[in-house]
Amino acid sequence: MIALQNINKIFRVAKRQAGFGRAVKALFSREYEFVHALNDISFTIANGEMVGYIGPNGAGKSTTIKIMCGILTPDSGVCDINGRTPWRDRVAHVREIGVVFGQRSQLWWDVPVIDSFELIRDIYKVEDRLYKTNLDELTALLGIFEILKTPARSLSLGQRMRCEIAASLLHSPQILFLDEPMIGLDAVSKIAVRQFIKKLNRERGTTVILTTHDMQDIEALTERILLIGKGQILLDGGLDELKRHAGQRRTLIIEYNGDAPEIREGMSVNEAKEGRLVITLDPAIMAVSDAIAHIAANTELNDVSVSGASVEEMVAALYREYRI
Amino acid sequence: MQLYINYFAINLKSQMQYKVAFFLLTLGNFLTSFVTLAGVWFMLSRFNEVEGFTFSQIMLCFASMLMAFSLAEGLARGFDTFPRMLGNGEFDRVLVRPRGIVFQVLASKMEFSRLGRLVQSVAVFCYAIPNSGVIWTWDKTLTLCLMVLCGSLIFFGLFVVYAAFSFFTVEGLEFMNILTDGGREFGRYPFSVYGRGVLKFLTYVIPLALFQYYPLLYLLGREQSKLYMAMPVIALIFLIPCYLFFRFGLRRYKSTGS
Repeated sequence: MIALQNINKIFRVAKRQAGFGRAVKALFSREYEFVHALNDISFTIANGEMVGYIGPNGAGKSTTIKIMCGILTPDSGVCDINGRTPWRDRVAHVREIGVVFGQRSQLWWDVPVIDSFELIRDIYKVEDRLYKTNLDELTALLGIFEILKTPARSLSLGQRMRCEIAASLLHSPQILFLDEPMIGLDAVSKIAVRQFIKKLNRERGTTVILTTHDMQDIEALTERILLIGKGQILLDGGLDELKRHAGQRRTLIIEYNGDAPEIREGMSVNEAKEGRLVITLDPAIMAVSDAIAHIAANTELNDVSVSGASVEEMVAALYREYRI
Repeated sequence: MQLYINYFAINLKSQMQYKVAFFLLTLGNFLTSFVTLAGVWFMLSRFNEVEGFTFSQIMLCFASMLMAFSLAEGLARGFDTFPRMLGNGEFDRVLVRPRGIVFQVLASKMEFSRLGRLVQSVAVFCYAIPNSGVIWTWDKTLTLCLMVLCGSLIFFGLFVVYAAFSFFTVEGLEFMNILTDGGREFGRYPFSVYGRGVLKFLTYVIPLALFQYYPLLYLLGREQSKLYMAMPVIALIFLIPCYLFFRFGLRRYKSTGS
């Protein structure tokens, strides 16, 4: 159980100004800017939940993750994870969490992956039996058996990321933080990693908190989304809620012979080519079925496809709505 | 301790991946301190003695300083390269692992090419121990061991201070090298040759003289008091403020994240 209450964090950033004279002046009196990185953040995450934590760059995602990992201390607010305050009970707390930072490696660069795993086992004092079961299971699920003997530096990004994830789970943590784990992965690795995370969550009941910019990850993995922008939680809910927020707009792609159909209220043309139209439809004004019926009555249709807005578009719309 | 050995093994393995680089670095390290050694030799071949210390007595001093330093530098490389560790985020990883922070930083990096200096200090000891004119009773042997052991702990403390400074700034950290590398270079002569002011500073502020000059006097029989023998141990008090300063820096890091 993770509970954050009114977490605030303000960073003081020294202003740097161009020019030699000012640089000298800055030696004696610095001007500071205050950045409100987190502004009254509150949320709770139950055990076994899988949550997507999204937001634009600089919104405060990493800051929140760092606070939950015990790396950062907030200025005010309460953070309770399984009955502990991360930054006070660091050692006991981190024993129960696994962290993957997508941008940085935790494997020892020049030695075979298995050596890193064994050292991690010793760091976490994982019992031999548990280690063996975990290792067997993780290598099988992530498909990394063949590369265990390869030094981390000669792995591809996708292979390395799978090893990183395995490394974070060797001590069977209850909570897994994934900070942009999919960066730079190819399609095959992405799918493998996604499937694995799903399985982990379902079978072991591991709580997973995932930050990503890839909306497909969110769609594929999480039922719940936390959207953060400018240090505030803007939305806490399911994908449906996000969809509701972003409106119900539909995109109609039609292919036709002969004359173009007449455009009515509620439809707007995005793209028009000979024999092909992309129309954005607002169902509040005109229902999807009416629109298709209307078009079919006027034109000889070859093909119709209807799609909702992609999650990406929804998030972008939300960003616009909140001006972040 | 077992864990430290495991860290040791993985560090050794990593460095053995680049055997040529390792060999050349070791050789380089050996040669640089050899130049220093040659400097002392040329000096003494003209003047015979400095402040009443003969060549082989100074060699004793030189070797214990070199050994203390190279042990500290080789084994506590993690603190020596700490600014880099902060910069690339490796330190955050340290914070999410359930072990002591100082221990992890200490164990995370070891530099075995510093062996070059270590080998040299052993060689110099081989020359200086029989030639220095000291009669090696058990207490003198113990004194020499304390000089090396406590000496490397003090250097370790200085590396910790250096690391702690990098929590606050990344610029201008070189001034710490005056104390670490400088201590090693100047420490080849007993600190008294630099005058009373320097000696006082190195006694009461940065206690380098406590494991070099004073126990050396005891070794050479110039002072009989057992206090001189125990000086290196007393110097270890210095580690307390070092550690506290590191803790202070860490607290700041945890509240600023940079």
